[in-house]
Amino acid sequence: MAAPAPKENPTEAMLASRKIPAAKGWSTAAREDAVARLRRMGLPDRRDEYWKFTRPDSLIQPDAPRAAVLANDEPPLFDQVDRLKIVFVDGVFDAQASDDLSLEGLSIERLAVSDSDLHWARDIYGVLETRGQTPVDRPLAALNTACATDGVLIHVTGTPSKPVSLIYRHMSETSDAILHHCIKLDAGAELTVLENGPAAARFNKVMEVDVADGASFHHIRAQGRDHERRAATHLFARLGSASHFKSFTMTVNGVLTRNEAVIELTGDDASAHIAGACVGDGEFHHDDTVFITHDAVNCESRQVFKKVLRNGATGVFQGKILVKAGAQKTDGYQISQSLLLDGDSQFLAKPELEIYADDVACSHGSTSGAIDEEALFYLRARGVPKGEATDMLTLSFLAEAVEEIASDTLKEEINARLESWLNRRRS
Amino acid sequence: MLSIKNLNVKLEEEDKQILKGVNLEVEAGKVHAIMGPNGSGKSTLSYVLSGKDGYEVMEGSATLEGEDLLEMEPEERAAAGLFLAFQYPVEIPGVGNMTFLRTAVNAQRKARGEEEMSAAEFLKVVRAKAKDLKIDADMLKRPVNMGFSGGEKKRNEILQMAMLEPKMCILDETDSGLDVDAMKLVAEGVNALRSEGRGFLVITHYQRLLDHIKPDVVHIMADGRIVKTGGPELALEVENNGYADILAEVM
Repeated sequence: MAAPAPKENPTEAMLASRKIPAAKGWSTAAREDAVARLRRMGLPDRRDEYWKFTRPDSLIQPDAPRAAVLANDEPPLFDQVDRLKIVFVDGVFDAQASDDLSLEGLSIERLAVSDSDLHWARDIYGVLETRGQTPVDRPLAALNTACATDGVLIHVTGTPSKPVSLIYRHMSETSDAILHHCIKLDAGAELTVLENGPAAARFNKVMEVDVADGASFHHIRAQGRDHERRAATHLFARLGSASHFKSFTMTVNGVLTRNEAVIELTGDDASAHIAGACVGDGEFHHDDTVFITHDAVNCESRQVFKKVLRNGATGVFQGKILVKAGAQKTDGYQISQSLLLDGDSQFLAKPELEIYADDVACSHGSTSGAIDEEALFYLRARGVPKGEATDMLTLSFLAEAVEEIASDTLKEEINARLESWLNRRRS
Repeated sequence: MLSIKNLNVKLEEEDKQILKGVNLEVEAGKVHAIMGPNGSGKSTLSYVLSGKDGYEVMEGSATLEGEDLLEMEPEERAAAGLFLAFQYPVEIPGVGNMTFLRTAVNAQRKARGEEEMSAAEFLKVVRAKAKDLKIDADMLKRPVNMGFSGGEKKRNEILQMAMLEPKMCILDETDSGLDVDAMKLVAEGVNALRSEGRGFLVITHYQRLLDHIKPDVVHIMADGRIVKTGGPELALEVENNGYADILAEVM
């Protein structure tokens, strides 16, 4: 009997299919290191504990599964916001559609054209990602560091007058985009980053954010509506003392989304808020995987994740708060909830707390339920028709997550999008 | 206005009959009170009339100005002019009280084919009516009934009633959980709405509320039917002697 053919190694198949940018400049070492790390850990498979609820198959196959481009008749998000636009089409920078990359209080460069030998991003690119690989492997992030074709490197030194807006367009049904952004905020600096759009048929994105003492970072993201798109994203953040970090993500549609966030509070008195509101219908699988490490005194962290699921959609939440020894006066809060609009949908949650300090307040809660019938009747008894009343209660369910957006204008805009998503599903 | 004939109702989930042939006519401009011991079916009657799930009508009818209520969805009953002030108003986090009120007012107007109220007009009207009920701006901004005291919730019910201008108002134990001052305030709100074209059905355990909202007719309900009907003096009789004497007399 002939020996079985050697099984193809998905990691090698993936690496072989990538056009790894020619080694040049400062990022060479980081990319080589990432390839070596990826080979050691291997791409995730279904047996990995960390991928128990989400099948990684379509994220690790060499070619992106085809994803139709949605004919989207909604006006683009954040259109009314004064912002600095940076546009990527299927992962490729679009200079024509982008603004001039200059703004007082920050400097912006593109990863693809940044090839000097010395660069501030050396201390961030792949560095925060590597820190985030312990204690859990995140191979898709290492793959990204190794193979990213572009991204932005933003160094914030002051308080820019407007947000930086990353716009991701999806035009090709087979695009497979890998972008990697690094953001460094100097002490006391402030920046708001907006992200929106479906990006590609398959999108692998890493954002590394280094927030120095007293700095503030706000992040508002809306993942595109294209039904068949796939995305695996990682957000790595390191927070200095008395710094603030706020990140909100809205996800509507998408056949598969895995959003990982790894946040380290390394300086005293810092705060990190991370929130997500997602709405899914039918072929929809959304996974929020969050790991927050408290490694300093008197820090606050908040995780608020809300999912509305219908027609067999699936929601996943894996969230952890790790309080290291000495991280006294930690205030940690975590809530993950799903609203199941029918009996076919499911929500899988794994909330975790691991605490090595004795003077901390940590709470977590995870629930899954249907529309509150009492509240529904109350609204209907006042004349609000059933469909409209259900939508009102659905938005009310999402409100705690949306509330995490600091700007009222953006909050309203996000709410309006959620409302119109619900509206489209009502006949 | 409201006409209930031989209404028989059971719980949907279990074989338990709650209403056993209720007959009641409430005329426009009149206030009828229903009193009765716990478990007599008073709240069930209010829920069945407003269309809550979980009940099955076995027999009988209920009409509002000739329109068959029992065939309608709850929101259609509201648009037709029926209003239920809840015994336990529901808290709804994340929905602003104002948004809720305006959505309700305009949904009803739309259902009746009337023009919707503009934001500015609505604001003007709601502020004036809220002031009469001593409801401050903060309460209007907060999510529906969230963090409201018992009295505030009931005043909020009356505000909704004032804004929606229904034809037929059912007050389900609106006095429960209220102190004397709060009860007076609520009663004033109700009295201000009394008019020729509007009927009221006030459900209560105690005569106390009826000192402030003077009824034209008082009914005693027991074991799923109306067992005695009289004038305001009937409420006083209950207050003085309890239900036992009346029930012994009629049953």
